[in-house]
Amino acid sequence: MPEPTIAIESVSKRLGAKQVLSGVDLNVSPGESVAIIGRSGTGKSVLLKHVVGLMTPDAGTVRVEGVDVPSLGTTELLTLRKRMGMLFQGGALFDSLTVGENVGLPLHEHTDMSETQIELVVHEKLHLVGLEGSEELRPSSLSGGMKKRAALARAIALNPKIMLYDEPTTGLDPITADLINRLIRRLQERLGITSIAVTHDMRSAYHIADRIAMLHEGRIHAIGSPAEIQSTTDPAVRQFIEGSAEGPLLPT
Amino acid sequence: MNGTGVERLAERAPLRYLLNGLRDTGEVVILLGDVVRELPQGLRKVPLVVQQMVSIGLGSMPLTVVVALFTGAVAAVQASYQFRDYVPMIYLGTVIGKSVVIELGPVLTALVVGGRVGASIAAELGTMRVTEQVDAMETMGISPTRYLVVPRVVAATLMLPVLTIFADVVAIFGGYLVAVFTLDVSGHTFTSGLKLYFHLRDVFSGLIKSVFFGAIISMMGCYYGLRSEGGAEGVGVATTHAVVASCLLILIVDYLLASFLFRVLFA
Repeated sequence: MPEPTIAIESVSKRLGAKQVLSGVDLNVSPGESVAIIGRSGTGKSVLLKHVVGLMTPDAGTVRVEGVDVPSLGTTELLTLRKRMGMLFQGGALFDSLTVGENVGLPLHEHTDMSETQIELVVHEKLHLVGLEGSEELRPSSLSGGMKKRAALARAIALNPKIMLYDEPTTGLDPITADLINRLIRRLQERLGITSIAVTHDMRSAYHIADRIAMLHEGRIHAIGSPAEIQSTTDPAVRQFIEGSAEGPLLPT
Repeated sequence: MNGTGVERLAERAPLRYLLNGLRDTGEVVILLGDVVRELPQGLRKVPLVVQQMVSIGLGSMPLTVVVALFTGAVAAVQASYQFRDYVPMIYLGTVIGKSVVIELGPVLTALVVGGRVGASIAAELGTMRVTEQVDAMETMGISPTRYLVVPRVVAATLMLPVLTIFADVVAIFGGYLVAVFTLDVSGHTFTSGLKLYFHLRDVFSGLIKSVFFGAIISMMGCYYGLRSEGGAEGVGVATTHAVVASCLLILIVDYLLASFLFRVLFA
């Protein structure tokens, strides 16, 4: 069995008075796509931030490509992050830059490409997400879906081996959400990217994931293929995937 | 003492302020260390530094000029009132010149720019922090210190002395206008007094102080901006903290530098 690309072991994290994660275990194999589902506030995004080193666990280990992320120094962490891409919930495009400059920024910072080469890559990535011709637009003039797609183009600018998606379809209309799902799936199939997607959109989870893990009470409560999750009898998982107010999951 | 014990202690107001103050001081020192380490790389980002120099320097010029003009004017009115019947008016130019280049020019410029630029930096970086733009930058392998902090600190440190020179000239001119047109002091008397005890070291002392003030303003703006949390309210709090901390530090460092410059270096 190949060594997992992402190995999360017994990760605990407390934020203020709240114990957000209490011993999370999760392995993601090379080229695999895992969706983490769970209610709002269960620590899904917090877990994602541990993988990319934006947060350090109180206990437990997070290893990416065999490297212990929390123990990395600033320089090593920046080097590791060049091999990773992350799509943030709100896009997190830089307001002061145009869409083209946003997508080109990692290329400017980490490659020796000429301006012409960078322009070509920016055009190619924007074309891939269906935003060709929007290079000169400001993020403030984009719709929510366009922001997500532009952010996705920026996240894949350096052809990362690992992608992390934080609520990729939240706040989007069903058609744009489906477009994003197809884009994510296409990227995985075409580039063999290992990915973790945090979502509470079950339609998105079924579409993009090889395995779905449910985070509940600070732990991975259930994990399985989309078919296994769909047919599970676990009451908490059933309540979540059916979107029912009645069941073991209490309103927050 | 365990974490819970520390947290319980920290809940008491005076101790909370003390612990927060110590934490902030430590974190600012760490940020300063990061800035120094990233300086060579950050300085290569010439367009970013120039952009900040324009924003901080040119953008603050109108406000600085107006403040300096009225500062000089008020200094002339106050000095003439205190001189009346005791001190010859030839010393009006001397007093205005010295007080402006040593103290009023650098300190008032720093306080005004601290309000404008410190708040602007804290609000901009704070918004970037709460909208995850800073996180996005880090995940792209781009150091926020190099990309955001170094250009602002370099630009402010370079532009504060420039603004101070303008403020000195305009404030003295303001004092001259008031003296000549409202206090019956001739232009010749004023300028003679100005040259009477003029020392270049006085100008340098003001400019040395302004270098420190520029660094303080930008560091406070960046520090509080980057540690914003919780949305719009958090950005507002960060902005207030940045301006308050800048103003306090400017006055404290002003005293320390004055003591060093005039009691040790130029003694």
